[in-house]
Amino acid sequence: MTALTGVESPPARPPVRRSRRVAALSVVVAALIVAVALSLMIGANPLSPQVVWATLRGEGSTETTYIVIGLRIPRTVAGLVAGAALGVAGALTQAFTRNPLADPGILGVNAGAALAVALGVALLGLRDISALVWLALAGAFVVTIAVYLIGSSGRGAADPLRLTLAGVALGAVFSGITTGMTLSNPDAFDSMRSWNAGSLLGRGFDVIMPVLPFIAIGLALALLVGPAMNALALGDDVARAQGADVRRIRVAVIVSTTLLAGAATALVGPIAFVGLMIPHVVRWTFGVDQRTIIALSALLAPVLVLLSDVLGRVIIAPAEVPVGIVTAFVGAPVLIVLARRKRASAL
Amino acid sequence: MTLTATPATRRVLVRLGPLAVPLRVRSILVASVVVAVILVLGIVSLGVGTYVVAPDAVVRTLLGAGETMDRVVIVEWRLPRTLAAITLGALLAVAGALFQTVTRNPLASPDILGLSNGAFTGMLIALVLVSSSWQSLTVGALIGGVATAVVIWVLSYRGGIQGFRLIVIGIGVAAMLASFNTWMLLQIELETAMFASAWGTGTLNAVTAGSLGGALLCAAPFVLVATVLGPSLRQLDLGDDVAAASGARPNLVRGIALVVGVALVAAATSVAGPIAFVSLAAPQVARFVARTPHLSLGLSAVFGAVILLASDMVAQHLLPVALPVGVVTVSVGGAYLVLMIVLEIRRRA
Repeated sequence: MTALTGVESPPARPPVRRSRRVAALSVVVAALIVAVALSLMIGANPLSPQVVWATLRGEGSTETTYIVIGLRIPRTVAGLVAGAALGVAGALTQAFTRNPLADPGILGVNAGAALAVALGVALLGLRDISALVWLALAGAFVVTIAVYLIGSSGRGAADPLRLTLAGVALGAVFSGITTGMTLSNPDAFDSMRSWNAGSLLGRGFDVIMPVLPFIAIGLALALLVGPAMNALALGDDVARAQGADVRRIRVAVIVSTTLLAGAATALVGPIAFVGLMIPHVVRWTFGVDQRTIIALSALLAPVLVLLSDVLGRVIIAPAEVPVGIVTAFVGAPVLIVLARRKRASAL
Repeated sequence: MTLTATPATRRVLVRLGPLAVPLRVRSILVASVVVAVILVLGIVSLGVGTYVVAPDAVVRTLLGAGETMDRVVIVEWRLPRTLAAITLGALLAVAGALFQTVTRNPLASPDILGLSNGAFTGMLIALVLVSSSWQSLTVGALIGGVATAVVIWVLSYRGGIQGFRLIVIGIGVAAMLASFNTWMLLQIELETAMFASAWGTGTLNAVTAGSLGGALLCAAPFVLVATVLGPSLRQLDLGDDVAAASGARPNLVRGIALVVGVALVAAATSVAGPIAFVSLAAPQVARFVARTPHLSLGLSAVFGAVILLASDMVAQHLLPVALPVGVVTVSVGGAYLVLMIVLEIRRRA
């Protein structure tokens, strides 16, 4: 770890701050547990906590077993996994590009996944989510690698601003092609408008398992570069003076972000806003230590995703609102209130 | 008007009565070249289509000579669209330059701040609740865009407008509107959704001389304000303290610049729908090519015009299917940006 980052940890904080951080962590973990419980309980067939608990221990009826084990657990796991991936990818992207506007989408991930899915639907006639997962993943990887190559070609390491511009630019080209393709193909348009909404519905373990390794590697890599991100936040020169290998850190961050955002998008579709908002909320609430931001984003983002999904199940029951549509309506007001109240730190 | 050349800084001082504006030679050259390109492209765009007119005949027709049939096709059918591409492109680009200067962020375009999403929301609501007539869509889009701007403004105002807070709140509002739009598109019939999406991408198909004239008349006073505001905006680049010390009033300048930016975007959107990327890319392309130290409103305008005009020609004539111009602006604008980044890297290496 030290070999990768080459940065000493900052000196231990005073005990008062530490106890505050422990309290904060407990609150976030409690929120996560509540969100998971709600996700297992609430839906077209509301179940009491006792029934859910009994079913989890294998003592439920055939019906509750089907609902909890067959439907709600995969859905909740998909929300947990995708949420954690999006939150951490967002935290990394913002720290890395030093741009508060940055989310994984800004590096072209969503646009690449969307184009690959549109191509699969329009040219190959694919509709099955388990086939589209691989296309989305491949599309996300291709675009991110292209963005990185454009942003880092020439002398020196990839400059964050250049990378951001390359991501925005290439993402725009890809989304333009996607729009053009779907506007002249009603069938593809129809598929894309539901894929674009982002949903946890129908994501069984057959879809979750293939993306899980990518997300696990991405999360591990993110935690590994966390300390180095603190040094990088002070600028490349300071980071270099502290002995950090800026180029290697950048490669690690790009790989991690691509794995996380690409896999999450492949799993649940493009859920915007989670990766953008959660790191801001963590930063304004718990401070600017990148290790804290990365770790707490991984815990807080799933809360937003799961609560949004639960809300989407009940708000116009028996119909459902896809989670990607609800996240913005749940998250944006929080972001706006925080941006107004706190001395919102740029980065 | 007198020109005084100062070779040391490669600037000329353009005097127009009491006003003396120092202009960089490179900027003037770049602007002249782009204007020439716009003229050539404009003449070509008036001539091509199912009824082809040679460039010299186009020029003769525009000058009042030429055949009756040519005049009908060129002046009545094609001229509004070509003029719309040029003027709306310029308006969008100036708006983008204003937003980017005020927020000091190259990504702060009206699109990102949610105005395009708001316009699209207004259009969708008008489409579902009122009618699919062109007028109701336009009014809906205008109300949506302006209402979004007002909401973002009210939410971000705390004894002044701070760039960062404005961007964050803009993103929040934009995300909510985008979600709502996605939801609306899922609820309506496929055919209606495709029509709405084409309009929501931005298209010049529905431009008429009347709608263009009205929009330009509304935009004119704001363009004038933007021109007067130029020097004060440049002072803001030095930082608030320096700007205030040199007599500028940063918050006032920022407020006016944002109002002007919103008005220009609303005017353009009312005619052509939310055309993406011109306002984001044009100022950056202009700065890159002319190598100006700040975002120049005038240069942004000519680059916006040429980008939208060329994009519309591609959308109409060069693609296998005629598509909304917004599809092309997104792709072309993005490709330009990629090219610029690569060129810039080469230049530095």
